[in-house]
Amino acid sequence: MGRITLDKVRKAFGDVEVIPPLDLQIEDGEFVVFVGPSGCGKSTLLRMIAGLEDLSGGQIRIDGKDATNAPPARRGLAMVFQSYALYPHMSVRRNIAFPLRMAGLDKAEQDRRVAAAAEVLNLTDYLDRRPGQLSGGQRQRVAIGRAIVREPSAFLFDEPLSNLDAALRVGMRLEISELHNRLCTTMIYVTHDQVEAMTMADRIVVLRAGQIEQVGTPLELYRSPRNTFVAGFIGSPKMNLVSGEIASRHGAETIGIRPEHIAVSDSGGEWHGRVGVSEHLGSDTFFHVACEGIPDPVTVRVGGEVGVRHGDEVWLTPDPDQLHRFDKQGLRIT
Amino acid sequence: MATRHSRSAARLMMAPAVILLLGWMLVPLTMTVFFSFKQYLPMRGDSLERGLDWVGFENYARFIGSSSFWPSVQATLMIVGGVLVITVALGILLAILLDQPFWGQGVVRILVIAPFFVMPTVSALVWKNMFMDPVNGMFAHLWRFFGAQPVSWMSDASVQSIIIIVSWQWLPFATLILLTAIQSLDSEQLEAAEMDGAPVLSRFLHIVLPHLGRAITIVILIQTIFLLSIFAEIFVTTGGSFGTRTLTYLIFQRVVDSQNIGLGSAGGVYAIILANIIALFLMRIVGKNLDR
Ligand SMILES: Nc1ncnc2c1ncn2[C@@H]1O[C@H](COP(=O)(O)OP(=O)(O)OP(=O)(O)O)[C@@H](O)[C@H]1O
Ligand SMILES: [Mg+2]
Repeated sequence: MGRITLDKVRKAFGDVEVIPPLDLQIEDGEFVVFVGPSGCGKSTLLRMIAGLEDLSGGQIRIDGKDATNAPPARRGLAMVFQSYALYPHMSVRRNIAFPLRMAGLDKAEQDRRVAAAAEVLNLTDYLDRRPGQLSGGQRQRVAIGRAIVREPSAFLFDEPLSNLDAALRVGMRLEISELHNRLCTTMIYVTHDQVEAMTMADRIVVLRAGQIEQVGTPLELYRSPRNTFVAGFIGSPKMNLVSGEIASRHGAETIGIRPEHIAVSDSGGEWHGRVGVSEHLGSDTFFHVACEGIPDPVTVRVGGEVGVRHGDEVWLTPDPDQLHRFDKQGLRIT
Repeated sequence: MATRHSRSAARLMMAPAVILLLGWMLVPLTMTVFFSFKQYLPMRGDSLERGLDWVGFENYARFIGSSSFWPSVQATLMIVGGVLVITVALGILLAILLDQPFWGQGVVRILVIAPFFVMPTVSALVWKNMFMDPVNGMFAHLWRFFGAQPVSWMSDASVQSIIIIVSWQWLPFATLILLTAIQSLDSEQLEAAEMDGAPVLSRFLHIVLPHLGRAITIVILIQTIFLLSIFAEIFVTTGGSFGTRTLTYLIFQRVVDSQNIGLGSAGGVYAIILANIIALFLMRIVGKNLDR
């Protein structure tokens, strides 16, 4: 079981309020991702759930029981740190067995659980090495191994993949998702990489300056962002946000249109502009088009290879069904 | 030093320093070895001009055969061992305390280092006269305050007194090295251990202590080398009596008090051998610890 309830949770470091009162309900077995720009308080929030950081106010309940002042070990949560935090002087085997040893399990049971975890994580051949003799990805797996042997009620991950190279990151992303499908344990995952958030999450929590901007499934956030911040944060490449005269034509302060929802034509359309930089990814092509009346270049995504070159004149037409409209406060108009 | 040319230039430029250091070391060493095979009693008229008698290994045999030899080795080991245990144990404790954030941290850290800057002679005299004096010392007053009979430290607890004094001098060194080691411990490791259910004592035993292993070996190695040759502290306090005659002190007595330079030199050679055995032994431990 791993239902985690945050009730008016607040955190201040001295005079600086990093997290204003915040409510969140995380259901059992859910994969929740916290995303937000750097310094928005994701790690702080996670560490408060873990018990490594005291609350300045509010209450944390785990499975309905008040855990606000419970020490970390009593909460039944396991954490995977960004730096892995492996014990350098212990072998991989002893690293993974450490929580079991602390819990006073007998040797046979320890060995059995370590072997099982090593099997799952492909670490069997490395059990007698020290962390210093492992690659980044292997260390990451040891850290996860140390977390799963305890059979916690929830896993907390703080940017676990940010030290890995791009290819390995994709691999580990899949492995963690796989692990979640198999264990069906609650996972809270902090990242600032919105691709990780979109691909792994059951629900995404978008944070800004300690405040929740929106909570929802990846597709909810993609289809109906609640405000301009979420609109700009979720999706890659970023949504084009246009304000001014063009927006008021649509009855809004700001309009947003995703690059994939703009049609390109060389004969006529709504916005007229000139192609700047184009990025060819093979499967897709991104154009940055400088349009008349729009200060920032508009990003357009076209499937496959297209014969449009730097300096060409094009007309862009946003798909009216996919147009997002926002009011003066930046909130979505429905 | 990539090219052959720059390498030989570097050798040439380092040569004066190397030669000077070698001379500095080799001249006294050769002289000690030379005297140790000679009969050299200046009071009886022996001198270098008149030529010294070659006596072979007689000095060596007499030095070991003397009834003071084994007690002096024992005293040396007791003092070195005692100081090492106290400085490492208290050093770890102090380092952990100083690592906690508290008001006035900077000043306290400087104060902790202060004893290291006091000359051994001075600190030993201060301890002897202000703390350990059986009539007027602080400890005597303290003992009397609790109704106990004051201890005459220098005669009844002489080895312990020396250990206390020398420990006080070397504690700052141990604390400083261990403090820097503790500060380099990744706090996330401690947090991970906390989440893994390790209580404070287990965290110390399983995380902090292994992390300090390297620093502790270095403290032991360096201190041993210096502690084997402590002299001033013994000279100004007990003068080598009451079981505080260490190997170094015995050699001093043979040369200066008995005016037997040959015998003292033989003792010096023994001391060199002993120090090298210990150093070799410690180096291997350090090497093993540093490999990890
Ligand atoms: N111990 C502390 N004392 C004072 N301020 C702190 C402390 N820890 C964090 N902060 C502040 O709290 C804010 C949130 O920090 P936090 O580490 O949670 O950010 P984050 O969202 O995890 O960022 P990143 O993505 O860069 O890791 C930051 O502005 C930071 O400066
Ligand atoms: Mg962070």
